[in-house]
Amino acid sequence: MRWEGKPLVAEAEKKAIVEISELKQYFNAGKKNEVRAVKDVSFSIYEGETFGLVGESGSGKSTTGRALIKLGDITGGQISYKGQDINDIKRRKDLLSFRKSMQMIFQDPYASLNPRLTVKEIIGGALKVHGMTENSKERTKRVYELLESVGLNRQFANRYPSEFSGGQCQRVGIARALAVEPDFIICDEAISALDVSIQAQVVNLLKELKDKNNLTYLFIAHDLSMVKYISDRIGVMNSGRVLEVCEADELYIAPLHPYTESLLSAIPTPDPEAERRRVRTEYDPKYHHYDDHSNVGLHEIAPEHFIYCHKDEIALYKKKREKLLRQAKQQYA
Amino acid sequence: MEDKTILEVKDLAISFQTFEGVVKAVRGVDFTLKKGETLAIVGESGSGKSVSTKAINRLLPKKNTMIESGEILFEGTDLLKLSEKEMQKVRGNDIAMIFQDPMTSLNPTMQVGKQIAEPIVTHKGVSKEEAKKQALDLMDLVGIKNPTENYKSYPHQFSGGMRQRVMIAIALACEPKVLIADEPTTALDVTIQAQILGLMNKLKKELDTSIIFITHDLGVVAQMADRVAVMYAGQIVEHGTADEIFYNPMHPYTWGLLASMPTLDVGQTDLYTIPGSPPNLLHPPVGDAFAPRNEFALEIDFHEEPDMFKVSDTHYAKTWLLHPSAPAVEPPEEVRRRKAKFESLYMGKEEINEMGGEALGSRS
Ligand SMILES: Nc1ncnc2c1ncn2[C@@H]1O[C@H](COP(=O)(O)OP(=O)(O)OP(=O)(O)O)[C@@H](O)[C@H]1O
Ligand SMILES: Nc1ncnc2c1ncn2[C@@H]1O[C@H](COP(=O)(O)OP(=O)(O)OP(=O)(O)O)[C@@H](O)[C@H]1O
Ligand SMILES: [Mg+2]
Ligand SMILES: [Mg+2]
Repeated sequence: MRWEGKPLVAEAEKKAIVEISELKQYFNAGKKNEVRAVKDVSFSIYEGETFGLVGESGSGKSTTGRALIKLGDITGGQISYKGQDINDIKRRKDLLSFRKSMQMIFQDPYASLNPRLTVKEIIGGALKVHGMTENSKERTKRVYELLESVGLNRQFANRYPSEFSGGQCQRVGIARALAVEPDFIICDEAISALDVSIQAQVVNLLKELKDKNNLTYLFIAHDLSMVKYISDRIGVMNSGRVLEVCEADELYIAPLHPYTESLLSAIPTPDPEAERRRVRTEYDPKYHHYDDHSNVGLHEIAPEHFIYCHKDEIALYKKKREKLLRQAKQQYA
Repeated sequence: MEDKTILEVKDLAISFQTFEGVVKAVRGVDFTLKKGETLAIVGESGSGKSVSTKAINRLLPKKNTMIESGEILFEGTDLLKLSEKEMQKVRGNDIAMIFQDPMTSLNPTMQVGKQIAEPIVTHKGVSKEEAKKQALDLMDLVGIKNPTENYKSYPHQFSGGMRQRVMIAIALACEPKVLIADEPTTALDVTIQAQILGLMNKLKKELDTSIIFITHDLGVVAQMADRVAVMYAGQIVEHGTADEIFYNPMHPYTWGLLASMPTLDVGQTDLYTIPGSPPNLLHPPVGDAFAPRNEFALEIDFHEEPDMFKVSDTHYAKTWLLHPSAPAVEPPEEVRRRKAKFESLYMGKEEINEMGGEALGSRS
């Protein structure tokens, strides 16, 4: 099994494409209505992997994604993409190539598509801006291909966003992101509005593209079974912080942070009988006073397994991990 | 749960005029909703879930919508026959809706607290101060932190999940008799989702609210639904109690849905997908709309639309496979596993009850 040690990407190839360190993003900073959306977020994303980001609603996942794609200035910390501090990307030409290299599929599909444009204009526009096609005939052909790749009929090309169902709209957003052939895609709840069979289809498509073109994904979602399926590694967020980062399977076998435990215990299963018996563990954020401590941060408990904690808690978490892994081994033996 | 029908949709058919022609989005939908029950509607994206339920509250765009046929009886009155003014009363008071797309259904220029308080004033006729107090309580109830400060926020200052909770608060504000929730928890993390689902269930118990719950998350369906309807290409292709749909599904599309879900098992590598893509509703196919994607399709599926076959008093499915002279087929492995559970569940009833489970098949 994967969690027993076999690395997903051989150690030598592990190269970070994104490095976020101690990111802070405050809204209305200094004012009475200041919101500390992101307080302390650090993680790296390796080239060619899918990094899942899960966690509490309002914990700062989308804000982290938006900071990464340079929608607005960050309050503190550092983000680098392909070795370059994104703060230094300023020239028009560099920005354009940054935008081509990194795409985001937004959480709210209707709001992120221009209601006055047809789907053909929306996707075609992206193709045109980045010089992906030579002429309009080629462009139309490519739009059709893209629509079909996300399971939409080519006849939809002349429709406006409001004439689509929620899931269809979401897929238009996906097609638009894929259109410019980026290296890195941020998928913010990109598949949550889709029914399971189309989710499976889109996820398989994302996987296929990743293998073929060595794409890298940041996959923000709340559906923990899908995140587990698609991700190589996962980060768990709660109120502006990344609390746990580790390989996908390990997270489900050895969740160490109590917030992760509470998340996992709340995953609904497609089994009415099991649902009737469900027991959930709750997490009280007041239990950790992260705001008041100076000695807290993301600490490595085991290779590739990080927990946001106080230095003194490391030993405890190490023990907990060993115990959970032992139990899992017995169970899967 | 009483056995009183509160809402009945009969033979509903809806088309849209679009650039490329007439889209037959809903093609003959029938269902009933009883007082105090939760009916979940699941199914293909674009199969007509949102459209059929928006029709109940008459919220489809007038410009290009055509109601081809049907009746929507709410406590015996056909809503399709009401004047716009009469309908407005029904909308806030009796039938409330939580929409799939919170950003476009909230007013971007109005403080969120006011958006919750306003319908309370209009429909309950209380004072502004009282409405504000109730709105703050509701915000707290749906898990929006610091209600007093957030009362004054605008939608764009909220995260996706917070907006969705505002929508939920607005819908609950007037304690409706029927709550239509279209993907209400899609943008929420599982713990808050659990909280909201709990809240809806509480409402249902205390006020006997009936709920239509649209979701593609079958885990949520398992947690919420008394009955489930499965839609494909503008029609309901199977409906039954939650246990019947999860443990004894009959329609190959339902099989495909159940088999497409990832599990939490370690090392799952392949995700099953239903081959092909949904039919073009500009020209709905003859026969069974699912046939071209159905590995179990019979010859007749391509010529003749199947009847709704009865499986039990509560369970119906629209597939020729249930015809007495249809050949027996072997469903996918995931479904066989589920069917085995169905047998063990319904034969081992006593044993399960002793272990503390509730009575099967009925959940109140
Ligand atoms: N423009 C803004 N002005 C003020 N506050 C904001 C703004 N954008 C986001 N916030 C706040 O920042 C916090 C984090 O929001 P964010 O959208 O990143 O959450 P999220 O983790 O993506 O949540 P969800 O799962 O609900 O989408 C929330 O409290 C939100 O209200
Ligand atoms: N205003 C409109 N004009 C034209 N076609 C429309 C309009 N609204 C919906 N449709 C079409 O009607 C069909 C049913 O849409 P509906 O929104 O009910 O799907 P749904 O089952 O809710 O899907 P999802 O799970 O993706 O939300 C879709 O094919 C959609 O494209
Ligand atoms: Mg978000
Ligand atoms: Mg819908």
